[in-house]
Amino acid sequence: MADTTEMPQDKFRLSQLLYDARYRSMTIQVVAAMLLMLSLAWLVDNTIQNLAALGKDFSFSFLGTTAGYDINQQLIPFTSQDTHARAALVGILNTLLVAFLGCVLATVIGVLAGVLRLSKNFVVSGIMTVYVEAMRNTPLLIWILIVFAVMTEATPQPRDFREGGGAEMILWDSVAISNRGVFIPKPLWGEGSGLVVAVFLLSVGAIFALRHFARKRQEQTGAQLPVFRLSLALFFLPALLTYFVMGGPITLELPELGGFNFDGGIQIRNSLIALWLALSLYTSAFIAEIVRSGILSVSRGQTEASFALGMQPNRTMQLVILPQALRVIIPPLISQFLNLTKNSSLALAVGYMDVRSTLGGITINQTGREIEGILLLGSFYLIVSLIISSFMNLYNSSVKLKER
Amino acid sequence: MSKQSSVAFVRREMLPPAPPPPGQAGVLRWMRENLFSSVTNTALTILSLYFIWSVLASIMPWTLNGIWVAGSLTECREIRDARGLETAACWAVINERWLQLLFGFYPTDDKLLSSLFYAEPLATAGGLEAVFGAASNATDRIEFVGMMKGDLSNFTIFLFGYWRPLLAVALLVVAVAPILYSSLPRSLLFFSMLYPFVGVFLFWGGSIWGPMTVAIGLAAAFFIGRFFAKRFGLLGGGIAAVAAFIFIFLNPLPFIDHGGLFPLFPHVKDVLHSIIPFGLSAIPSDQFGGFMLAIIIGTSGIVLSLPIGILLALGRQSTMPFIRWVCVTFIEVIRGVPLIVWLFVASTLLKYFLPPGSSFDALLRVIILVTLFASAYIAEVVRGGLAALPTGQYEAADSLGLDYWKSMQLIVLPQALKISIPGIVNTFIGLFKDTTLVVFVGLRDPLGLTNAIRATGEWNGIYWELYIFVALLFFTFCFFMSRYSMYLERKLQTDRR
Amino acid sequence: MKKSIFLGTLAVAGLAAGLASAQTLAEVQARGTLKCGSNEGLAGFAAPDANGNMQGFDVSLCRAIAVAALGDAQAVEFVPLTSQTRFTALAAGEVDVLVRNSTWTFSRDTDLKLDFKGVNYYDGQGFMVRSDLGVSSARDLDGATVCIQTGTTTELNLADFFRVNNISYEPVPVQTNAEGQQQYLAGACDVYTTDVSGLAATRATFEDAASHIILPEIVSKEPLGPVVRHGDNDWGDIVGWTLNALIAAEEYGVTSANVRELAAAPTDNPEINRLLGTEGELGAMLGLPNDWAVNIIAAVGNYGEIFEAHIGENTSVGLARGLNAQWTDGGLMYAPPFR
Repeated sequence: MADTTEMPQDKFRLSQLLYDARYRSMTIQVVAAMLLMLSLAWLVDNTIQNLAALGKDFSFSFLGTTAGYDINQQLIPFTSQDTHARAALVGILNTLLVAFLGCVLATVIGVLAGVLRLSKNFVVSGIMTVYVEAMRNTPLLIWILIVFAVMTEATPQPRDFREGGGAEMILWDSVAISNRGVFIPKPLWGEGSGLVVAVFLLSVGAIFALRHFARKRQEQTGAQLPVFRLSLALFFLPALLTYFVMGGPITLELPELGGFNFDGGIQIRNSLIALWLALSLYTSAFIAEIVRSGILSVSRGQTEASFALGMQPNRTMQLVILPQALRVIIPPLISQFLNLTKNSSLALAVGYMDVRSTLGGITINQTGREIEGILLLGSFYLIVSLIISSFMNLYNSSVKLKER
Repeated sequence: MSKQSSVAFVRREMLPPAPPPPGQAGVLRWMRENLFSSVTNTALTILSLYFIWSVLASIMPWTLNGIWVAGSLTECREIRDARGLETAACWAVINERWLQLLFGFYPTDDKLLSSLFYAEPLATAGGLEAVFGAASNATDRIEFVGMMKGDLSNFTIFLFGYWRPLLAVALLVVAVAPILYSSLPRSLLFFSMLYPFVGVFLFWGGSIWGPMTVAIGLAAAFFIGRFFAKRFGLLGGGIAAVAAFIFIFLNPLPFIDHGGLFPLFPHVKDVLHSIIPFGLSAIPSDQFGGFMLAIIIGTSGIVLSLPIGILLALGRQSTMPFIRWVCVTFIEVIRGVPLIVWLFVASTLLKYFLPPGSSFDALLRVIILVTLFASAYIAEVVRGGLAALPTGQYEAADSLGLDYWKSMQLIVLPQALKISIPGIVNTFIGLFKDTTLVVFVGLRDPLGLTNAIRATGEWNGIYWELYIFVALLFFTFCFFMSRYSMYLERKLQTDRR
Repeated sequence: MKKSIFLGTLAVAGLAAGLASAQTLAEVQARGTLKCGSNEGLAGFAAPDANGNMQGFDVSLCRAIAVAALGDAQAVEFVPLTSQTRFTALAAGEVDVLVRNSTWTFSRDTDLKLDFKGVNYYDGQGFMVRSDLGVSSARDLDGATVCIQTGTTTELNLADFFRVNNISYEPVPVQTNAEGQQQYLAGACDVYTTDVSGLAATRATFEDAASHIILPEIVSKEPLGPVVRHGDNDWGDIVGWTLNALIAAEEYGVTSANVRELAAAPTDNPEINRLLGTEGELGAMLGLPNDWAVNIIAAVGNYGEIFEAHIGENTSVGLARGLNAQWTDGGLMYAPPFR
């Protein structure tokens, strides 16, 4: 604000760069930029020298060469003859898979634990307190190792499922829990199954339309529709009908014991389960705390006011407390999702083939391209976290608008 | 009131309260209200009780029947079968190896141990000089120490063999106390500032003049800066301090003269050491390990990252777009990438970024990267504290005519940091837990040591006992830290209301 | 908090910045210890004993190199490395030499910019299974679950073997030998595959070693040897000729028991004389004292002694000499002449 008064326009002096508030910030920034450039140049120069001393170069051509190793869990087909780039892609998909599954499960458990921790029931809230404290105060890596050890040590081996082995499949012989993973039935998509799926998707869409319509109607006329029952019927009936009309195009392939292992079905590997469970349990404790403090942040007067209006406790929760609490809950919740995604890089500990293990592990090791590999790995995580945090910013600005 | 007196009968004294009807008082009522208020609640209670019972029933026999004295897992299993137990924990592995889990392969002070508790065999072996002197035979020494450790109890070794790390940790508590508890005398803060040097000396050993000269050098740079600041203003002081620092610790003139007077630090250190040679035996950081390693990495990471984090937070709020942009980029890049990738950078890439021929030990590299990592998180915490401060405070400082640094130093930061302490403690807990990740870059943290213990023939195949012990160690530490941070939050809340 | 070390290192870094990076021997001598990359725990090859002292076949080679460079067998810092981190650690200068069951391959020698300086153990990749599985050949392993250490050549060999034989398998990647052992024993995989020596060493620690068999197929050549960085030939010579001295000593019958006696005065055999420095100036050509080989053999023994002490038939690992016998006994151990 130094230039608000009429100042005589002197000729520019050099000392103004330092002592004149108009120029000083520019000077500082230019100096800072120069220092930054210098140090970056120093680092790059060192790197070039070091690489030259080792006779290495900087190139991403290794991504196009044959990987040579196999990956057990592939969401897209991959053989050892494919390239390192494809191996990295397989790893990326595996990372995203476990992160997605983890976020969903962690939210479910977390919300449950957070709400139950507020319960007036002493026993329930006590259990939840112990759970939350135990999870929050012990390193995630230990939990991953413990869950993994439970999965490998405490579940039966596939051969125990043979006659007299002492282990049995559950759910009418369709699911086998073994120490190599959980084997579940695999749907086989026969002729006409596309139609069933399409009908199912349509009916899901119809459910949303129905709810929208019901709400409109209630607002205008006050009459309520039996939304829940109608949705339930819509959810099941059309798809089932098409299924039977088409003659049952979708069948299940049950896992069966083969020579060494179960054949058929889908194998959910132990590494995935251990990582998924441990990440979810650990993160859910933090989510529980977020949910709890979110609910507590809504002042007690709100509850009392809504009771005074004659609302039921669950309607109060649904219509008064949750909408207000969500504003507090969602931003830290999203950053927990971000943490979970980053923590999925601990897959290394259980041999889950995520991007850290394929691109950042085996590929780097086989090709000796540490700088390039870590650069790519870091960029991947950075992009994911930028995407997630931009969602958070979007949400933040959308709730901010409603503020007065 | 007078109207009432016309009524025929008014009770003048209070009746004693009637006892509540049975079932409406005491435990019964409490239980009914809290545990069995509705059908759902009753079901929940019963379910929870069943859950607790089943968990305890499966864990307790195993835990309580645990075998505490055995030489190997096989022996444990034999003892278990001999006692006719179905399951039993083999706590013997903890009993035998807890020192290793706490300290890793950090060497014990064998001279002290042998002269205190093993005097007679030491005398027979030829005295201190013959066993531990420069001319002694390494193999004999290892044999002697092995025998001594076999004879002494683990607890004696813990107290006296590891007195250096123990003392360092105890002093750490003393140093941290005045920061965490404001009721303690402020003069203790002087010791807190001194502690980093004491800690380094105790943990790493070497000549006492190493940390001493660094402390003196830093103080010298600071006072030179202050001296010049009085004469030539803040900028001049800053430049003088940086120049002094560079001349003392780094050589700014590598093109002109390699091995001349500058940097001062190594010369002064050597001279002082030759005059008064005093020190502890130097211990290279690759022998650090166990829970001690977690404490060292965690505390040094957080302490070193505090100043960087504060600067980053201020930079992020700066009005200068370039500075802001740099700080935001740094913070987001650091926070966007998992720590494990950064540790990987520390162990493999850092070497490429530094001048050819420079060498860092692995622990130091990890500490550097952990510091950078933590500083981004601290910056966000401090930013929260800065944002929570009413704008009136900033405006008040401006209206007093304070310049930027003065207003930050005197008005803004003291308040903002006070609000941030719970967040900083939480960051510390997170960082402390994350120190377990160093196992992936080959440092021997407690989890890495469980692998090493399992690699030996005797304890091959033992998991739960080790994991539980390590988990409990971390839990105890983190739990009390988080309680402290909650206490602080409550205290701060009452302060503001 | 660790300011002093940090600054001290910076100061040293500033001083050392002008020096060439290729002088490993000078660096080692200035440091006073040899940094040797080793396995974090493989019985017989490299494992800490109860007092934390490293012992084993590979460890002895490290100690021999330390004797050559520093004259002290104890002056070794063992840096435990996983199969994934070992080469990056070596390339990054974290260790001076890597002796960690590393297979000599073309691409490692060239593309990774490393130098293999000889072979201290001729190995091959094999498979271990439970004997009650009823498998007698690796070709019967169709559909098996295989535990494998990531970042090793075995991983690539495994993929090749199963592809060539057109049978399927499911890899279970593990980080360390200990982890592989845990998974295998828990039955999370049917097969554990690694070098046969490693399999034997692992099996030696099992409770019921007899109920596990190593299948007859050896699916690869795995010459294991010490590795140094590309470019420092002087240091590479020291490492390579230390190994050759151990092998030659066995060939000539020089043992830790008689080496001092043989070195006291020139013998009839000029090869021994040159090896032990009583004739010629071979040590000086390496930049070492002339009795370097004497010290090595006195401290750790010759190749045969090391083999027998750590992995030989009388140890729990129980490996036969096989390919690793001297060439005079039908093996492949063949030291170039000391001349």
